[in-house]
Amino acid sequence: MKHAFLTTAALLALGTSAALAQEVRVYNWSDYIDDSLIEKFEQETGLDLVYDVFDSNELLETKMLAGGSGYDVVVPTGTFLQRQIGAGAFQKLDTSQLPNLGNMWDVIEKRTETYDEGNAYSINYMWGSTGIGADVPKVQEILGEDAAIGSLDLIFDPANMEKLATCGVHFLDAPTEMIPAALAYAGMDPDSKSDEALAKAEEVLMAVRPYVQKFHSSEYINALANGDICVAFGWSGDILQARDRAAEADNGVEIAYNAPSEGALMWFDQMAIPVDAPNPEGAHVFLNFIMDAENMAAASNYVYFANGNKAAQEFLNDDVIGDTAIYPDEAALDNLYTVTPWGARDQRDLTRLWTKIKSGT
Amino acid sequence: MRRALLIVVPYLWLLALFLVPFVIVLKIALSDYNLSIPPYSPQYDPSSGWQGLRDMFAAFDFENFVFLTEDDLYWKAYLSSLQIALISTLLSLLVGYPIAYAMARAPEQWRPTLMMLVILPFWTSFLIRVYAWKGILSTEGYLNQLLLGLGAIEQPLTILNTDTAVYIGIVYTYLPFMILPIYAALDKMDGSLLEAAEDLGCSRLSAFWLVTVPLSRNGIIAGSFLVFIPAVGEFVIPALLGGSDTLMIGKVLYEEFFNNRDWPVASAVAVILLLILVIPIVLFQRNQQKQRELDG
Repeated sequence: MKHAFLTTAALLALGTSAALAQEVRVYNWSDYIDDSLIEKFEQETGLDLVYDVFDSNELLETKMLAGGSGYDVVVPTGTFLQRQIGAGAFQKLDTSQLPNLGNMWDVIEKRTETYDEGNAYSINYMWGSTGIGADVPKVQEILGEDAAIGSLDLIFDPANMEKLATCGVHFLDAPTEMIPAALAYAGMDPDSKSDEALAKAEEVLMAVRPYVQKFHSSEYINALANGDICVAFGWSGDILQARDRAAEADNGVEIAYNAPSEGALMWFDQMAIPVDAPNPEGAHVFLNFIMDAENMAAASNYVYFANGNKAAQEFLNDDVIGDTAIYPDEAALDNLYTVTPWGARDQRDLTRLWTKIKSGT
Repeated sequence: MRRALLIVVPYLWLLALFLVPFVIVLKIALSDYNLSIPPYSPQYDPSSGWQGLRDMFAAFDFENFVFLTEDDLYWKAYLSSLQIALISTLLSLLVGYPIAYAMARAPEQWRPTLMMLVILPFWTSFLIRVYAWKGILSTEGYLNQLLLGLGAIEQPLTILNTDTAVYIGIVYTYLPFMILPIYAALDKMDGSLLEAAEDLGCSRLSAFWLVTVPLSRNGIIAGSFLVFIPAVGEFVIPALLGGSDTLMIGKVLYEEFFNNRDWPVASAVAVILLLILVIPIVLFQRNQQKQRELDG
């Protein structure tokens, strides 16, 4: 027994470097891939895929800035990506290892250039909007047939929220998403970072704060689907996943997603390779695999988020490509806005404001 | 010689696992935020030699500590953490003492089994046990279903995402740390002392107060420290069970570190937290020692 143990230990010690080369470590958002793609990747490439998940950009960013995360591919949102590129956290992509780059969609590539000039460090994985998920029958029962389900009035008008509090409302625990929404509601520039804008956002959020059951960035998927809550302000695909889970469970919960009519935040989740990735070659193999039209379509068909892959569109299910909540038409696209990253000073004010909104201190 | 070696071991342990990490945290607390990897400066570059070291010290300042005094969030969070920890410790004592007492008075052959039962929960991951409480305490959870089923309540109780849930979580998690030292103290106690007290006219209750409690004092103190200290800096339990308005220094630390990516301020918060915990303990130890010298 002891002998066996020693042999194993020796093998482990010897094998570490060799094993690492065979392994690709991916750090992606929770509920963000069709699990069968993981198996498919391993079968096709013979590489082991270690797949870990997170649910906040902040968590990912801390790992990136600490260095030595051990991941080969990570998926920050555009604004966070831009800052992390500035900190030197990522390596440039080697396009010669990415033949599937030609599949990408220029419409999205043009927009992601705001965050990553020339798309030198990242490829788009998914994109979407941040908006309102509502259990329609329940909300109509409480607010009446003509409830403003597609408007920010639903979540920022205290009169509505007071009534909705009885069935439960969740907000994202992400100030970078909630503050622009509050500003859009107040009719201000959602990308404004001035003291005046923060004060206005505080006023809007404080007025409805007592009626928010929880600030959390992933629990609302299940909470909506189970009928524990009736309204959530969250990410498009997450809410559509909740819609599907509820439909499967056939529990009387009917979820709808709406990008707010006052304007909705458009975001881009980008796959990038950390500067100290243990296996950059494997990372490129993974990116190329993801950019394969059928694979990318399978991911979107599963998670109900749009992707930045033009070639994938012919493989998308009708309830994905045909749903304007996922693939908005021209008019709806005009209604989407993007924001820029927060600087260090602004970020501190933002976090402080967020703590104040959440805890009252 | 051998004795000196024996003493060196715990000191080396303290040096490697307490002092060195503390110096590193202190160094970051004296640094400034910077967008880089890692996100603070100055960085010490060994190749720059003495001059580099001198430059690094010249760049240190107490800016971050001053910053903590300028915003009432921090002292409110410290106070609220101390309060939550104090109440949790008292609750653990109230629950833990009778359990330890019953264990120590149980027939000899039962004691190993009882001891096992106290330790058994540790075999499951701490995180899973805290998550399990979510299932018990939520509005649709087992507790509410049970109470509704029994007709004890009409409306489900809101316990999850409140301070009450945090207290339940902390008391549940740290209870064994309260029970074990008290049990150890009570177990060692000489039963004939109680007989003597009763022979001399003490009622059973006053014998308990006058003999048993003072003799288990060290167990109570050790248990209280073991619960209080980790509870002050607790993050996981308030994050999972507490509400958005549960204010604890562990959560503030998390936000400084993750949301603001301001490692220097986060480190300053940690240094103050350590001082808040260490100073009373040192004072207490001093006091104990003096007491012992007086007794001796």
